[in-house]
Amino acid sequence: MAYLNIAILGISLLLYVLLGGADFGGGILELVTGRKKMDIITKSIAPIWEANHIWLILVVVILFVGFSPVYSTIMLTLHIPVLLVLIGIIFRGAAFSFRTYDIDYKKPVTLYSTIFKASSIFTPFFLGVALGAIMLGDITTETSDGFYAVFLHPWLNFFCFSMGLFIVNLFAFLASSYVMGESKEKSDMRLFRVISKVFLIILVLNGGLVFAASEIDGLHLVRLFLKSPISMVAMGAATICIPFMWKSLQMMATIRIRIIAVIQTFLIITGWFAIQFPVFIRMKDEEDITLYNAQAPYQVQLHLFIALAVGVFIIFPAFGYLFKTFKFSKEKENAVE
Amino acid sequence: MTDFLAGRLQMAVSLGFHIIFASIGMTMPFFMFAAESIWLRTNNKMYLQLAKAWSKGVAIFFAVGAVSGTVLSFEFGMLWPSFMKHAGPIFGLPFSWEGTAFFLEAIALGLFLYGWKKLNKWVHLFTGLVVGLAGVLSGIFVISANAWMNAPAGFDWIDGQPVNIDPVKAMFNRAWFSESHHMIIAAFSATGFAVAGIHALLYKRSRMKIHLAALIIAMAFGAVAAIVQPLSGDNAAKNVAKLQPAKLAALESHFKTGKGVPLIIGGIPKVDQDTVVHAIRIPKLLSFLAYKDFNAEVIGLEDFPRDEWPPVVISHFSFQFMVLIGFLMAAIGILFFLIRWKWKGILEKKWWLTLLFILTPLGFIAIELGWTVTEVGRQPWIIYGILKTQDSLTPMPGLWYTFSTVSTIYLILSFIVIWLLSRQIKALQNENVNNGLS
Repeated sequence: MAYLNIAILGISLLLYVLLGGADFGGGILELVTGRKKMDIITKSIAPIWEANHIWLILVVVILFVGFSPVYSTIMLTLHIPVLLVLIGIIFRGAAFSFRTYDIDYKKPVTLYSTIFKASSIFTPFFLGVALGAIMLGDITTETSDGFYAVFLHPWLNFFCFSMGLFIVNLFAFLASSYVMGESKEKSDMRLFRVISKVFLIILVLNGGLVFAASEIDGLHLVRLFLKSPISMVAMGAATICIPFMWKSLQMMATIRIRIIAVIQTFLIITGWFAIQFPVFIRMKDEEDITLYNAQAPYQVQLHLFIALAVGVFIIFPAFGYLFKTFKFSKEKENAVE
Repeated sequence: MTDFLAGRLQMAVSLGFHIIFASIGMTMPFFMFAAESIWLRTNNKMYLQLAKAWSKGVAIFFAVGAVSGTVLSFEFGMLWPSFMKHAGPIFGLPFSWEGTAFFLEAIALGLFLYGWKKLNKWVHLFTGLVVGLAGVLSGIFVISANAWMNAPAGFDWIDGQPVNIDPVKAMFNRAWFSESHHMIIAAFSATGFAVAGIHALLYKRSRMKIHLAALIIAMAFGAVAAIVQPLSGDNAAKNVAKLQPAKLAALESHFKTGKGVPLIIGGIPKVDQDTVVHAIRIPKLLSFLAYKDFNAEVIGLEDFPRDEWPPVVISHFSFQFMVLIGFLMAAIGILFFLIRWKWKGILEKKWWLTLLFILTPLGFIAIELGWTVTEVGRQPWIIYGILKTQDSLTPMPGLWYTFSTVSTIYLILSFIVIWLLSRQIKALQNENVNNGLS
């Protein structure tokens, strides 16, 4: 039963990266393209953005119900980066909705926009940092080790920062490949093609940086990958996707670009899951927190699963309807106006 | 300031902020639903305009509520990691259900806000109803988790570890029902009064029909809820008497155990002298209210170890003022219906509009006080009778900084929300002037 819940956790994480990530990426793109193109970006985010944080909440809830030691350890030791993520989430969400629902939508107050853009980078960066920290294995709950060892050292390092950058880049790339299909004019599409290509190049380089940083900080990602066949296959496949992506970008095949982007993200997350499994958090001098020693009793897992399964049955059709309504349907005649 | 106090204050600020947005977010959709229904029935464009204007307000409140709720799901663990480690598997179930309800609400709201031109009008109306129902469900789930902290159930506590966990029993603990109905009704009356109050001011100034219509819809919701609320409160208090006698004793500042105990109204508790001064005492009424028997025994604070007393003064004042506001709002609610049915002329009178405007924040003050009653009244426990709040604090030092940062952010946010709403309202005014609806 715990495996099923972990699978749902994985799916939620993937969806958060794909949908929530594209959201964040939208903000980053705005920084690149300037206000001129904002309309396209806002339009492609607005109708669905409200729903996207749910994937993160779902991850958090699955963790604290089904695997509470994972949740409490992350919140305890990564208090600072998590706090920074939260501040980012507050500012970003508030700024975006204010900007969208404020009366004079065409002339957004500059302050909202600045906050929105800044927090669009800030938030995923620290998400990546926190993610890096649970991989790296410097986390300790021995508070007698002192403030630096417990609350700073686990995440204040080269590897975690390279992970932060990687997540920012990934989100920006996802958004640019997604927004491209939303643009109506050829010139816009060309602009986003250039941006997508640039982000793709940076993303690949950034991936290399993560591997290099892992060697410096003693994680040895390469060795971990070599040990796990699944992650090797996933990483290989993700690499093979790159030239296809490039070609699709060249052809401006918008649907294909999105499909490949989704596949690549899926592969990256699968690869990461595989090197991490069954460990949730690598600890410094204590036993790692794993799927086996952190799971709540069967009864809890069962009810968690039931709640999630019922949720899926209600949510997916509703979400599909939302997508259908806004992405495909024309304006109706017997509608309100 | 100790880290412990900073941690508790941060929690208080975050929850105190969230509770307002969540309350509006779950009740105001019903107002917009009502406005749209009237429009569909009467074809009066004014109601369509009202539904649209309100839906923008709902969107702002929902978005801020969603964000502050997300933040809370992290803060629980950042501030009280050992509480969450033990309690997560037991009381976490309602949160997983809440996720579904919240998601449904978000989707329905997305459809409502952006679907005016894309949906069939009846489907559109229905999405508005779903927003409200899903919001209320979310509220019930979250309250049920809080109720579990007051009336822990569904596990055995052995050697500082929970065993034999039954999450369903924990969710339907003995306090979930009384706490939920009290909170949901409070949300309706607070939001109803607040929305009515703002439109009362606008109507007084502009005499535009749309504001009068808005006032009547909002006040109808608010008044019904306010009139029912004392009954709901009575039920909630009886439950507290049964489940948390120390909390009841603190709320009432009832120090000495005895039979046929008087109800203490008002007064200033003198904790070191075990008494309340300047209070009105109604003989035997507390015994009756708590146990339906004028001679029932009510346990006083003296029967609890001193270090297990909730902060008496804060609990007492919060409770007394909450009840006072509750009765005042119920009275205004009755007055509203009298005016609506018998004394129609008064509805547009200046003094009545001014009165409603003055009452705008009242319901929310009562909600905050009620929240204080629940939370401070449970101290020193985080899980009543099981785990103390102090023992579950994070070892992270410098919480004072975190607290100041978070509070400042919330303060700024509150100002921005108020400013935004005033802009929305101004826009509504101008639109009306242009359309000649005034």
